[in-house]
Amino acid sequence: MKSTKIIYLDCAATTPLDSRVLEAMNPYFSDDFGNPSSFHSVGMQAKDAVSDARGTIARLIGAHEEEIIFTSGGTESDNLAVIGVPRYHTKALMEKLQALPHVITSAIEHHAVLEPLIAMDRKKEIELTIVGVNREGQVSVDEVVAALKPNTVLISIMTANNEIGTIQPIGDIGREILKWRKAKETVFPYLHTDACQATGYLDLNVEKSHVDLLTLNGSKMYGPKGIGALYVRKGVKLQPFFIGGGQERNIRSGTENVPGIVGLAKALALVQADREVESARLTALRDRLADGLMKIPKTILNGHATERLPNSVNVSFIDIEGEAAVLYLDAVGIMASTGSACASTSLDPSHVILATGLSYEAAHGSIRFTLGHSTMQEDVDYVIKEMPAIVERLRMMSPVNMDMKYFT
Amino acid sequence: MNNSVTPATNDARKGDVVAPTKEKGWFYTDTVKDHFFHPKNFLEDEAGYGDAYLGMVGSPACGDAMKVWLKIEKEADGTERIKDFKWKTFGCASAIASTSMLSVMVTENGGMPIEAALALRPQDIMERLGGLPARKVHCSVLGDKALRSAVMDYYRKSGQIDKVEVEAGRLIDKVLKITDHDIEEAVLEGADTLEKVQARTKVGTGDPSCIPEVENLIRFYKEKYFGA
Repeated sequence: MKSTKIIYLDCAATTPLDSRVLEAMNPYFSDDFGNPSSFHSVGMQAKDAVSDARGTIARLIGAHEEEIIFTSGGTESDNLAVIGVPRYHTKALMEKLQALPHVITSAIEHHAVLEPLIAMDRKKEIELTIVGVNREGQVSVDEVVAALKPNTVLISIMTANNEIGTIQPIGDIGREILKWRKAKETVFPYLHTDACQATGYLDLNVEKSHVDLLTLNGSKMYGPKGIGALYVRKGVKLQPFFIGGGQERNIRSGTENVPGIVGLAKALALVQADREVESARLTALRDRLADGLMKIPKTILNGHATERLPNSVNVSFIDIEGEAAVLYLDAVGIMASTGSACASTSLDPSHVILATGLSYEAAHGSIRFTLGHSTMQEDVDYVIKEMPAIVERLRMMSPVNMDMKYFT
Repeated sequence: MNNSVTPATNDARKGDVVAPTKEKGWFYTDTVKDHFFHPKNFLEDEAGYGDAYLGMVGSPACGDAMKVWLKIEKEADGTERIKDFKWKTFGCASAIASTSMLSVMVTENGGMPIEAALALRPQDIMERLGGLPARKVHCSVLGDKALRSAVMDYYRKSGQIDKVEVEAGRLIDKVLKITDHDIEEAVLEGADTLEKVQARTKVGTGDPSCIPEVENLIRFYKEKYFGA
């Protein structure tokens, strides 16, 4: 290893735990260890902690306390929304419309949304529409509206994409769905959004965005891993996965992860309090990094130039393969990630980059840098200094020399 | 199990890293790492290689592409040895390290006779690398194929036309025109059951009568590449 300093630019994968979050969680492991369901004072203490946390999260996203369901993380929350809602409505829809529940989603959703939906579609449990995105990775509101049908029960579109950082027009989609529901005098379709990547940077108010279900995850916002939440608007019904003691309004049985819940609320409060200042700081660093990297010949910026998360830069270096680049970066102390097939367990390149219309070649050469609290200008400058030589070396080893006219 | 093979070597041949990294802090073995960061024999300058025998396989769209330049000499006793092996690879660490290792293996000790080089299997390269993560095994096959393609170029140019093998493959699914090579590719990419191979190739959906043979081929290629 040439370098011992670690520059961590993979905050979309996970973030370190904020020490203030750890401090808030600490009492709930051994001292205040009670089960919130117990009818004694030790239990009550735990119940109060969970209730306070629920209240904090509800206030931060403009919801009511009873609308927050704690889960094990982003994947569970996403699954619960996209599987639970259609399943609840199947019987009534078959009786009333002789139709399966219809779900609309986008081609760039997280696997935790896409995979269960594709599996249910294959098993003929639902009818599925997957809308595409434009070159910048944005979903078209018109396309979503055009896909609406009487049996549409759910629309699931992420707030901001985890790979390319593109921010989706969730508020506009929410308004259109409200209009549709009013015109058709129906209670659904509901709008679900995975906001895991957006928590530290965007306004999550569900009244402004007209979102009915919203996924949160502790580990992307300096909170603990293994804890998440699903906001479920009052009146939205879904079928639970976990059956048991009836915790979380019968939607998610199981003894509450009290320290995790306390940590999730603390983490969300901290990142939301700082989000404007931190967004401004990171946007400047993000643009500095993108500009620096784009000076390397045959480089493409993936995603939207401005409508993107303040911490996200995704570029494709043509003629090289991403995993090799990530490992060369690792050797100089820079932690990044790639959409290359070779770095994934499925051996398929990033579905997100392919969905934006870029070729397989460009998807294999994509590198994602996601900045965070610890990122300073000197870190960004270090990446800008190291990257050209890595790209040059890998290109020298590569037999491929493609014409850029295929990538514009 | 062959008694002369140590458990570690045997694991390496199966294509999985022996100790998946905890203490090393890395996904790959030190040997892979060395060949990846300090690749041997990659072609830096084409000058002097205009008359080399060429092999090219893969495509950047698949995630791997490789080009090989060979120099072959015929000795007094008629043995044809590989005297030089230069390469360029578009690919991940496994692909780069495998090619680098292959280039060392075929040129060491005065150069490997062509027949011996053609008999090399991906496991032989993996063994020298100390293993690759199981899902990376397919990355090590490319070098082997590029070498074969360059040797065929040599056979063509040296007039040994009878030795040129045409890589057409044997037709398995007559409706969808799927060959044994397609099945081989799918197994190398990690499809280890009929369902997974079908998910990649659709084999047997048009012509279900070939399914027993497909199952045999899956077993054969799993044995060949993964020893299981």
